[in-house]
Amino acid sequence: MDSQGPLPSTPASRFDIGLIVNGTSHRLAVDARTTLLDALRDRLHLTGTKRGCDLGQCGACTVLLEGRRINACLTLAVMVHGRAITTIEGIATDGELHPMQTAFVQHDAFQCGYCTPGQIMSAIGLLNESRTTDEATIREHMSGNICRCGAYTNIVAAVRDAAARGS
Amino acid sequence: MLAFSYVVAPHAETALSLVCGGSNATFIAGGTDILQLLQEGVIAPPSLIDINALPFSGVQTEQGEARIGALTRLSDVADDPGIRQRFPLLVQALQETASPQVRNMATVGGNLLQRTRCLYFRDATVPCNKRQPGSGCPAWDGLNRINAIFGGSDRCIAANPGDMAVALLALDADLLVQNVEGERRMRLADLYRMPDENPQHETTLASGELITAVLLPSNEAAGHSYYLKVRDRASFEWALVSVAAALEMDGTRVHRARIVAGGVGTKPWRLMRVEEALQGRPLTPDLARQAGNRAGDGAAPRAGNAFKVPMLQRAVERALLTAGGIA
Ligand SMILES: Cc1cc2nc3c(=O)[nH]c(=O)nc-3n(C[C@H](O)[C@H](O)[C@H](O)COP(=O)(O)OP(=O)(O)OC[C@H]3O[C@@H](n4cnc5c(N)ncnc54)[C@H](O)[C@@H]3O)c2cc1C
Ligand code: FES
Ligand code: FES
Repeated sequence: MDSQGPLPSTPASRFDIGLIVNGTSHRLAVDARTTLLDALRDRLHLTGTKRGCDLGQCGACTVLLEGRRINACLTLAVMVHGRAITTIEGIATDGELHPMQTAFVQHDAFQCGYCTPGQIMSAIGLLNESRTTDEATIREHMSGNICRCGAYTNIVAAVRDAAARGS
Repeated sequence: MLAFSYVVAPHAETALSLVCGGSNATFIAGGTDILQLLQEGVIAPPSLIDINALPFSGVQTEQGEARIGALTRLSDVADDPGIRQRFPLLVQALQETASPQVRNMATVGGNLLQRTRCLYFRDATVPCNKRQPGSGCPAWDGLNRINAIFGGSDRCIAANPGDMAVALLALDADLLVQNVEGERRMRLADLYRMPDENPQHETTLASGELITAVLLPSNEAAGHSYYLKVRDRASFEWALVSVAAALEMDGTRVHRARIVAGGVGTKPWRLMRVEEALQGRPLTPDLARQAGNRAGDGAAPRAGNAFKVPMLQRAVERALLTAGGIA
């Protein structure tokens, strides 16, 4: 099957799917059960996207689906066949950090760093939504990303800074 | 997660024919509740029928009745300019639902049909009458802090967890439903069933019926409305108690009120006693307090959730004051 072609028209348990991850087309054979998070981490070895809860509750697995932030753990890989996914590995360009990454470094917006890829992808998704970026809005619209280390104060500062610089 | 088969339904007819007739196949839309249930082994459908390619997304709000397609994502409903202008109550409820990531995925139809958060329902290793009919209800004498104070019995006290349905009921919404025979229109108020003898049957939809749209009447009450959600943390949490208040005002007098509570009933719970207490009276802080007190009428709390009675009474009072603009 062509990696961007249609899926079978009758129910099946195994699929050849195409995923466009960070601009690169990949073809992979997956089980219907394979989540997007499993496909990214275990099959494409893009382990920047983290698994925290597998239930949508922590945000560590946040990626962009055609620019919109989603939880990769609540998405079946087969459901995003042929679509464009952006992960933390795909946001730096030519060795230059993405402005949101730079802001996180400058504001020391992490401790252990486990939640950080999800926080950064979520923050980029937030800026794509063109909302106001006062502190209250950022706090509310970043609430899908939990930080066990409690680095919230610096995370909010980093997102405000990146927003102000028009990242 | 047990193995299942999967297919994208290209037409509603295909989806309906694959799910009807005791096949136990299940529709999947945003997948945000289904994936949780699959991950935790609460459900094990043989087949998932993906309905995302069906033409049921989008919002129409121009004039008269507004129509929200069942596949519209919660974030797109909340950000729609027409919805924001005409139904602020719905926008509030959606903005306080789940997280931005979940709202980008979750659909309106799936949200109405999400399953309870009862700890015993979500734990496949313990009995639960909803999950395994006849096995018992450990919540009745167990950890029932988040469970219902209205509509339950020793068979089931699982609370309906949704926010949007609470707001939609206060706005008197209808649903469009499609089955193999055609399309029918029903009141949202008739969607949810009481647990009674059969807590596994949560809605009046027949197996294989698709929700295609939510319809909202032009609403005089929409301008005097408020959604108040009380929860364990300020954001990204299900309601302990929520209140949707929609008041049709005649000057300072309440002409008609629709007051619905979430987190407290086995289905979204209309507070008729509160509505009666308000009907025809000038809205004052005293009236809001008295009407709020009626919110506990008929409650049957258990040991762990008795706190919800006064919490609901005061939440109603505050929602009325805010909706009426006298807070
Ligand atoms: C971490 C987290 C926090 C959350 N917090 C909240 C909260 O605070 N408040 C709240 O209200 N909700 C909350 N939710 C629940 C969330 O809103 C629901 O999971 C979501 O709305 C379900 O929509 P979906 O499209 O993803 O449904 P799916 O998971 O795809 O489906 C859910 C059910 O609906 C059926 N279904 C879907 N669409 C149709 C249709 N058109 N016709 C017939 N059947 C259909 C499916 O067969 C399935 O049984 C939360 C979820 C998560 C993961
Ligand atoms: S791993 Fe996806 S939200 Fe926690
Ligand atoms: S930095 Fe450790 S979890 Fe956020």
